[in-house]
Amino acid sequence: MQSSNDRARADGDGPETGGPTSHAREHHEDLGRAFVETAGDLHYEDPWYDALASGWGESAVSPHVSEVPGARRERETGAAAAARIYLEVQRSAAFQEVRRRYRRFVVPAVLGFFVWYVAYVVAATTAPEFMARPVAGAVNVALLAGLGQFLSTFLLTWAYARHARLRRDRAALELRWDTQELTRGARGGAL
Amino acid sequence: MTGNHQTPALLLFSVFVAVTLGITTWVSRNRHGSAEEFYAGGRLFSPMENGFAIAGDYMSAASFLGVSGLIALFGYDGLLYGVGFLVAWLVVLFLVAELVRNCGRFTLADVVAARMSERPVRIAAGTSSVTVSVLYLVAQMVGAGSLVALLLGNTGEAARSWAVIGVGALMVVYVSLGGMRATTWIQIVKAVLLLGGTVVLTVLVLLRFHGDFDQLLRTAADRSGHGAAFLAPGLKYGGDWTARFDFMSLGLALVLGTAGLPHILSRFYTVPTARAARRSVVWAIGLIGGFYLMTIVLGFGAAAIVGPQAVRGSNASGNTAVPLLALDLGGGADSTGGTVLFAVVTAVAFATILAVVAGITLASSASVAHDLYASLRRRDAEPRSEVTVARIAAVGVGVVAIGLGLLARDLNVAFLVGLAFAVAASANLPALLYSLFWQGFTTRGAVWAVYGGLIPALVLVVLSPVVSGSPESLFPDMDFQYFPLQNPGLVSIPLGFVAGWLGTVTSAEIADEAKHAETEVRSLTGAGAA
Repeated sequence: MQSSNDRARADGDGPETGGPTSHAREHHEDLGRAFVETAGDLHYEDPWYDALASGWGESAVSPHVSEVPGARRERETGAAAAARIYLEVQRSAAFQEVRRRYRRFVVPAVLGFFVWYVAYVVAATTAPEFMARPVAGAVNVALLAGLGQFLSTFLLTWAYARHARLRRDRAALELRWDTQELTRGARGGAL
Repeated sequence: MTGNHQTPALLLFSVFVAVTLGITTWVSRNRHGSAEEFYAGGRLFSPMENGFAIAGDYMSAASFLGVSGLIALFGYDGLLYGVGFLVAWLVVLFLVAELVRNCGRFTLADVVAARMSERPVRIAAGTSSVTVSVLYLVAQMVGAGSLVALLLGNTGEAARSWAVIGVGALMVVYVSLGGMRATTWIQIVKAVLLLGGTVVLTVLVLLRFHGDFDQLLRTAADRSGHGAAFLAPGLKYGGDWTARFDFMSLGLALVLGTAGLPHILSRFYTVPTARAARRSVVWAIGLIGGFYLMTIVLGFGAAAIVGPQAVRGSNASGNTAVPLLALDLGGGADSTGGTVLFAVVTAVAFATILAVVAGITLASSASVAHDLYASLRRRDAEPRSEVTVARIAAVGVGVVAIGLGLLARDLNVAFLVGLAFAVAASANLPALLYSLFWQGFTTRGAVWAVYGGLIPALVLVVLSPVVSGSPESLFPDMDFQYFPLQNPGLVSIPLGFVAGWLGTVTSAEIADEAKHAETEVRSLTGAGAA
């Protein structure tokens, strides 16, 4: 864990950070977050944490992405080299892991809330008798379903934000710095 | 509405206009005139600031006045709008916000055109963005006109026209002088005012019923004359199957349209990173969700306290329910409290319209300058600064919106908003999602997806009962109505997706693998993001 934090930090400090203000801010956020996590130990209770520590990062990404394009840099134009780098990064295990994590959350979540919403709209238009069934006092099924839509939206928002923060952000940030360093190197080499 | 309510309302509204103009001049004092500054406010807003600004952009007068009015008149069926408006944000949060922030620079076309042959895609996406914006803009202008008519006691057409012209002129000033930075601050001020006003009214309604929500519901149901049916769906969208399908169409457009609205997409570029974009959407969902929950209380409160008869008597479509409720909660028409609260609510509603209108104008001027002008100008033409073009475009959009706003003043505001959502969902969303997630998507697919959603949506509206064939239509004397639904979404949204797919599989072009890799890597990691 600690090594991972240091790595992200070191990458953030590197000279490759174009657009100083935005990256300074991102870097700042990252530092703040790392601090909170180490202080609160929240991170370690996440059941996915172990997979996160071993699945990507330390060994997989850097050698794979950084060497191949680097060796060919001089023989290609900047744009072609950049295109090559994006393909390399896309095929890297680290990126595939980030993408897999994103999709494994988003695909079921989108299907889930969309089906739930469509079911709600269809029920409201085709089964008003069912929706009108009283539950408690003046509150009926329709009101509960409507409030349930609000509740599920809030819960999914919270779950998504948490998932992205704990499971994607750091890996994505590292990939971002690595990729930018490579493309900058490639474009610089071509000039 | 008698005369003694007008003065404080106009006074408060003038204060808001003065403050926002102050913000605009203060902001433009040290502007740099770069495209980054004009379209994206320098990209340095914090997630919380941007979250409030998104909420400010989204909570239009149609929500504040329209949804609560619909609840006051039709009970539960009005609540369905609020649910659709909120759930839509999950599409934005999951599929759009972060990826768009990472891939684009200023507009929707930036994202879609990145992988494609740029010119035709940019023209298509720019055209549909401007169309959506203008439809949305006209809805807000019509709303401004009705609000003034209410405030000035229906003194006639002249006041209404001047309100539309005044709103148009102000928005052009905000946008062309202040750009995104001023527009964002206006949204933030407006969101705080709107939420503050809503909280006060909600608390007052709940206090009136001693915090007993059940009592509030029962009173509303009794007073409505519909009994328990008031609390169940069907009063507005029950009836025949056409009405039911119309509602499903609207529901689909609401939930899928938000993610294609140009002025919402452009908000994600005002923060530095995708993570900040995500956090601003989380803020926005919290604020918007809270707002619609309070709208439900206000709507049922208006039904219980003011009564649907009085609401309908003041405005047939219910738009005045909340101001009337404020008047009553403050102590009645002749009390100071009532007058003050009424003034606050109408001034907030005005502020809402102005701010929303400014946001949309900015987004459409960006589409005109960054997408259409940049693609369509003659090669040998003198290259002008894009920002200059955008400022001129803001004036042009303002003039068009004023003109259409004056023409369309009898159209229903909620319908126009629903239409804008339907067009956004049909034309913008398929192209956006395909280009983010489909490796094989091609230029022809992108162009077909945009036009294949845009054209059916507009044609179906022209053939719908809104334009002809019924006593309430735009041209009641003519009858070329061939499509039964008012909202085209149910047909045109699937058509947009099908057209994009069809265009892709029939095109000879093979999608560039490296370009797709670049889009995918950039969208998920933020590498190379502006």
